[in-house]
Amino acid sequence: MHELGVVFYVIKDVKEVALQNNINKVNSVTLDIGEVSGVIHEQLIDCWDWAKKREPVLEEAVLKINTIKAVTFCEDCKKEYETVAHGKICPYCGSENTYLLEGNEFSIKEIEVPDEDN
Amino acid sequence: MKIIELKQDIFRENEVTADGVRKELSDANTLMINVMSSPGSGKTTTLVRTINMLKDKYKIGVMECDIDASVDAETVQKAGAYAIQLHTGGMCHMDAAMTKQGLMELDCKDADLIFIENVGNLVCPAEFDTGAHLNITILSVPEGDDKPAKYPLVYEVSDVVLINKIDAISVFDFDTDKCIERIKACNPKSEVFLLSSKTGEGFEGWISWLEGKLGGR
Ligand SMILES: Nc1nc2c(ncn2[C@@H]2O[C@H](COP(=O)(O)OP(=O)(O)O)[C@@H](O)[C@H]2O)c(=O)[nH]1
Ligand SMILES: [Mg+2]
Ligand SMILES: [Zn+2]
Repeated sequence: MHELGVVFYVIKDVKEVALQNNINKVNSVTLDIGEVSGVIHEQLIDCWDWAKKREPVLEEAVLKINTIKAVTFCEDCKKEYETVAHGKICPYCGSENTYLLEGNEFSIKEIEVPDEDN
Repeated sequence: MKIIELKQDIFRENEVTADGVRKELSDANTLMINVMSSPGSGKTTTLVRTINMLKDKYKIGVMECDIDASVDAETVQKAGAYAIQLHTGGMCHMDAAMTKQGLMELDCKDADLIFIENVGNLVCPAEFDTGAHLNITILSVPEGDDKPAKYPLVYEVSDVVLINKIDAISVFDFDTDKCIERIKACNPKSEVFLLSSKTGEGFEGWISWLEGKLGGR
């Protein structure tokens, strides 16, 4: 359900960009999604495929997802490690004094549009 | 084909709006509280009792966004608050733009306290800043003491957790200490109150904490 809400934000933003740039057709939209952003890719694509049909500019637009690996930093031993494999606890020193460096992103990276002369 | 780079952060946009809403309310000396829970945990019932205990001292507004918003809006209005129902248009959460719109419709400029009854769900509301000053999550006893382990994010962003329906605790296998431990693991700073919105048990602690936050109004 959350995925549909997020899709509406993406559609709103892409429509604005299309309007500003005089674009009447978008071929694809690429999102940067962090591994631990909590968004489920399959659901996101299902919601996209449903919602885009209501928007003439996006009717044929394919949703592409670029996954960003989640990395956590340990404040005690100053090392970085993979969040998904180890969670909040540092695998090097066992500290819980850690924070997420990246991996909860959710942004629109780019859109693909036809060349002007087409 | 041509590529246009956007680098547009979906959550960032909402955060900017939320900060604007928060500042405007602070300037007007209004405290806004976002209330989250699963469906049926007792958001409306808890708000009604809270309003009843505070309405003589403070002007209170409520924005109802849950599925049965119209019924809930009527209920809290009867309790003595200014209430409106918001249509989230099928969205699974409130966001700051909706809050902003709602505040204009609520038309309760000199309110001391405004509550948002968010959509009953523990995933989506947690990810979107509504512009409220404080987040509250209600966890009711029948849901089980392991709820915080299943939905950590909502507990991470909550300043207060109200464990509701403690009148039913003997019926359920609910370990209060374990539950509090799990809540604190998500956010060591969160305040936890045990209460029953049905009987009123445990409300003194919660109300006096809230009045502390309202201090000086
Ligand atoms: N036993 C008991 N029932 C409660 C309590 N608080 C709420 N309820 C009941 O739980 C149901 C859902 O409450 P409601 O406030 O509508 O939940 P909401 O969906 O989160 O707004 C209602 O039938 C309430 O009467 C409580 O403290 N104890
Ligand atoms: Mg309700
Ligand atoms: Zn370490």
